[in-house]
Amino acid sequence: MTQATLSTSAEPVSVPGTKPLPRPRARPPLSNATRVQAVLLLAAILGLWEAGVRLSGVSRQLLPPVSDIAVALWNGFNTAPMAKDGYWYHSAITLSEIFLGFVVGSVVGLAIGIVVSQVPRLEALASPYIAALQSVPKVALAPIIVVWLGFGISSKVMIICLLTFFPVLVTSIAGFKAVDADRIDLLRSLSATRWQIFRYTKFPSALPYIFAGLNMAAAFSVVGAVVGEFVGAQAGLGVLILQSEAQADSAGSFAVMVVLSVIGIALTAALRKVQQRVLHWMPADSSQRTVNS
Amino acid sequence: MSTSHERTRGRPDYIRIEGLSKHFGDGGEGVLALKDIDCSIEQGSFVTIVGPSGCGKSTLLRILAGLLDYGTGQVVLDGQSIRGTRRDVGVVFQSSILLPWRTILENVMLPAEVLGLPIKRARERAMQLLHMVRLEGFEHKLPRQLSGGMQQRASIARALLHDPKILLMDEPFGALDAMTRERMNLELQRIWIESGKTVVLITHSIPEAVFLGDRVFVMSPRPGTLERVLPIDLPRPREMAVMSDPVFAAATASIRERFSHAASFD
Repeated sequence: MTQATLSTSAEPVSVPGTKPLPRPRARPPLSNATRVQAVLLLAAILGLWEAGVRLSGVSRQLLPPVSDIAVALWNGFNTAPMAKDGYWYHSAITLSEIFLGFVVGSVVGLAIGIVVSQVPRLEALASPYIAALQSVPKVALAPIIVVWLGFGISSKVMIICLLTFFPVLVTSIAGFKAVDADRIDLLRSLSATRWQIFRYTKFPSALPYIFAGLNMAAAFSVVGAVVGEFVGAQAGLGVLILQSEAQADSAGSFAVMVVLSVIGIALTAALRKVQQRVLHWMPADSSQRTVNS
Repeated sequence: MSTSHERTRGRPDYIRIEGLSKHFGDGGEGVLALKDIDCSIEQGSFVTIVGPSGCGKSTLLRILAGLLDYGTGQVVLDGQSIRGTRRDVGVVFQSSILLPWRTILENVMLPAEVLGLPIKRARERAMQLLHMVRLEGFEHKLPRQLSGGMQQRASIARALLHDPKILLMDEPFGALDAMTRERMNLELQRIWIESGKTVVLITHSIPEAVFLGDRVFVMSPRPGTLERVLPIDLPRPREMAVMSDPVFAAATASIRERFSHAASFD
């Protein structure tokens, strides 16, 4: 097909006016130099910690040196997977609580968020209750929940559900509301039903908000699991912390905290990966504009 | 009216508006946006509506699109009274409103999904339309990779996907720069000639209104009324050079004069 007409020639990709799709990441990837710097920084912090404790004569029970913590970690993981005194067992318990609580709490939060946004009158009726319940520190409910549900996994899952429910509920409602009025008009002009409008614009528009809520919920899940285990549990990393402190084994406590941090980091990283895939269409953060972007 | 291009003309009152008034707000308060609009639009013709800000042209278009309810009057399309959105109408808005999470092709196919049309046929048609608006090769790009003019062409393709009989356009080129705008006017004329649709286009630009329209509806504000309907007696297809034609100049001058009577600086 020839383009011998009055108007434009076909616009090639390299002409200004189209931009090549930038890499679908939330941040620019770490360069090797940055990786090396990060490792050096970590080594420096650990080195200072070790030296500081050993040289200052601080009691090793108050602030264990890195080497003690490393030993405790090794001992903890150098056990059979099902051994009740090993870190594998307790990590598995805590992880399953976190996972179940996060998924159930988020799904219920999202589901109720959808219902509340789609039925107009419901939001006005429900918001005072949501606000009130949000203000109650769920952590303070932990003892009651343990009384209701016992020392097993279910009480911890329940606590985590309560903690994850609210951020996902509130952010999803905000997200559904924040949809562009123009997009709704577009769907209306196509005679879309209310659920079609939801499916084709409201829900996709709300996803960035929902993910913000999920990120918060992920952080709360870890806290919720540990606090729940503090209040009443037979097993889990929180229980390990209590046991270690009862035995004045602060290296053990710190070691468990390291494990919890790793779990937290892994959870957040996994969530971020999912977020990047789902939200691949979002433009790069324009607040980070530089000479190169 | 002489035309150098043969085109199927249909009923002269394909779209008919009678005594249309639209009031915003309740009771004594509020604004009378439209007052006693009476006009008819011939099938297959290209009508442009021009007027200063606040003259109610967008309101009129939204009523035609079924997006806005109206109080008094009649709006009849192909014999049926309009009260709500219709499948035989396609709308192009001022911004392209392409869904950023969908590729261009997926965006163009949106009407088929919403209206429940067969997807395979829709995909073929979407590809044809993208070819017609000269966006072939960009089917799998995301909207943010396209320039403003290209996005608007995609939204025109989308508006045509379900083969509506009527195309309503609300200042579709308002956000584009002047040169792109001129090109888009030529493109739109070509698309209209090829497809034979009835087009109603709102614009702020008097030259654009005269260039594109078979007839220009001139509106004035407060309250929004249809001041005048000006037929444009220029042959089709029109090229940019027509802007130097005396008929063109006379038409734009006449409309401009109407504006200065009707509008006031505020």
